[in-house]
Amino acid sequence: MATRLQFENNSEIGVFSKLTNAYCLVAIGGSENFYSTFESELADVIPVVKASIGGTRIIGRLCAGNKKGLLLPHNTTDQELQHLRNSVPDSVVVQRIDERLSALGNCIACNDHVALTHPDLDKETEEMIADVLGVEVFRQTVAGNMLVGSFCALTNRGGLVHPHTSIEDLDELSTLLQVPLVAGTVNRGSEVIGAGLIVNDWTAFCGSDTTATELSVLESVFKLREAQPTAIVDEMRKSLIDTYV
Amino acid sequence: MEQDSGMFTVQSTIGSVLCCKCGILMQPNAANMCAKCLRSEIDITEGLQKSVTIIHCPECDTYLQPPRTWIKANLESKELLTFCVKKLKNLNTVRLVHAEFIWTEPHSKRIKVKLKVQKEVLNGAVLEQAFTVEYTVLDQMCDSCSRVQANPDQWVAAVQLRQHVSHRRTFFYLEQLILKHDAAKHAIRIQQMDQGIDFFFGKRSHALKFVDFVGKVSPVRSRNDKQLVSFDSKSNDYNYKYTFSVEISPVCREDLICLPPKLVNSLGNLGPIVLCTKVTNSIALLDPFTLRHCFLDADQYWRTSFKALLSSRQLVEYVVLDVEPVSSEVTVGGSRYILADAQVARVSDFGKNDTIFNVRTHLGHILNPGDNALGYDLYSANSNDIELDKYKGFSIPDVILVKKSYEERRQKKRGKARTWKLKSLNMEVDSTARGYNEEKISSEYEQFLRDLEENPDMRFNLSLYRNKEYQPSEMASSVADGDELPSIPLDELLADLDLSDVESNDDDSMAE
Repeated sequence: MATRLQFENNSEIGVFSKLTNAYCLVAIGGSENFYSTFESELADVIPVVKASIGGTRIIGRLCAGNKKGLLLPHNTTDQELQHLRNSVPDSVVVQRIDERLSALGNCIACNDHVALTHPDLDKETEEMIADVLGVEVFRQTVAGNMLVGSFCALTNRGGLVHPHTSIEDLDELSTLLQVPLVAGTVNRGSEVIGAGLIVNDWTAFCGSDTTATELSVLESVFKLREAQPTAIVDEMRKSLIDTYV
Repeated sequence: MEQDSGMFTVQSTIGSVLCCKCGILMQPNAANMCAKCLRSEIDITEGLQKSVTIIHCPECDTYLQPPRTWIKANLESKELLTFCVKKLKNLNTVRLVHAEFIWTEPHSKRIKVKLKVQKEVLNGAVLEQAFTVEYTVLDQMCDSCSRVQANPDQWVAAVQLRQHVSHRRTFFYLEQLILKHDAAKHAIRIQQMDQGIDFFFGKRSHALKFVDFVGKVSPVRSRNDKQLVSFDSKSNDYNYKYTFSVEISPVCREDLICLPPKLVNSLGNLGPIVLCTKVTNSIALLDPFTLRHCFLDADQYWRTSFKALLSSRQLVEYVVLDVEPVSSEVTVGGSRYILADAQVARVSDFGKNDTIFNVRTHLGHILNPGDNALGYDLYSANSNDIELDKYKGFSIPDVILVKKSYEERRQKKRGKARTWKLKSLNMEVDSTARGYNEEKISSEYEQFLRDLEENPDMRFNLSLYRNKEYQPSEMASSVADGDELPSIPLDELLADLDLSDVESNDDDSMAE
């Protein structure tokens, strides 16, 4: 199920938040609306953590992570690092890395098994990613753009890429990542997918400018419709039959 | 992997995405919306003028470009399209790609123009949109048409050209000059008057230009004046009628002149009897006995205005009996002369008595014994000139020869058409006026045409046209005897263009 929301009247929510299967990071905003939307969706399942990185609010673009680990740039302060270490589940490894390209969220797109990175990333960083996140790393471009984290959104079930991606590229990426991929847009035709959308295996959040068409594309490619509602119906059926006998 | 020309290029087919608004499959573009959704969202013609008023003069079919210019344009023409597009104000925010007319009924007073514009919207996508602008045409008479309507003969400036002589040779020549240089193309009306021509113009500047032109080709003296017609006290606009009075000097070519003593002294004793050889904006005088010449400017002439003693109407024909060159050939002011002593007798005396004159003449280069020549008969002339009386003890020569005569040969050629013809100005001639003698004028015109044939330098400034009606006669043999009549070589003639009727007054399309 995809939800539409705004951060301080801005539809680029992927800049101010990060969502994985194990935790959710949220920037500190002026009003509590942003935080409370996440809370209402995710509170029972995964922790929703308010954080800042390097004193900034653009945490979605600065960090990269999945359920196994979280990578932070070199300008994260010690206190922020400690705060994050305390707040996320224990299974998650939080690691600060030294990388020239410090906007890790723009350079790395990952799910729990595989990651796409900026072609110019350091060799040590690549090893760190493979280590901390426990994924297989591929250096790739998306639609000729090197900032793979900005132009594609990836989960274990599917992925959405830049609309100008050619069909050959789409096939190649799909084979690499082993998930179905679709080229599309968010936020009323915006090509910067990573900024407009955050998604995990059962839920997605996108900017309020997203049109109904784009929402339906999201829900179909990330297979969000098969999440909880149908599960509830199944359980109900079971309990009904029980009383019969 | 194919290697062609050293570069490996991956084949890439663009996939299709869903339009973010309507969900149809489309090629991705900068806005990621299908063209229809984009058009429904954004109207790039917002803020542009869609209806405009233009003012049209029904009389002269012109359109007003404020504040005061009127542009001539036909319906659905390029000029009208340019004019209409220029009228639109905010067109610089978008790029105009195409413009065309949409047909409307001619009497509907509406003009429709379809414009295609392009503008950049939404992160780089360029949208093209077509829209129609409707022009309402209001009829209003332009200033010049209303003036013409009020009084069709209304002129603002008049030039009165006068020459106080008894012949019209100068005006024939001037007419040809004016035609050649198109100096009278702005004249509303041209009227032939006794001893001159009147030109009427609609604007003072046109009249001034004409007066300047005449001043360049003849020695003139002019004065001007204005008369108040109306005035508007609120805006302090004064309407005048301007008149220019231009007087051409009465000295013509081939005139015999007796110069006043003061002028003779200032010119270095250039003998008091001189011949006028050429009149342009200065007068060329030749002393026939010493072959000295001088030029008199218009100013110089009018300071000591002298009249001719005898003019070409009083030329008498002489037979040349003997010619003896006295000096060698001299080039004077572009023409060659040889001083010679000649024995001549008047044609009227020739067979009857033995009156022979021995004269000195400057025509030694063309006269041969047996020729006829034209000259002034001072022997029998009774000159009543004040200037002549001032010279005491001056012996006046008996005869002064002026030019060679081709009269005999002209007799043979009488009635045959010329190979060339001249155009004429559109003059109003008042044939019932007192003193108007049609025969005299036509004989003067004939004389003028002969002058043109004989003098190549006179033809220099004029345009001669080939006479289509002339057929070379079968009597070619008759031309072979004797000397040829001086005639105009064919390559000097301009072929008469068939546009001659249409060339009349392509009146200013921009009238203020």
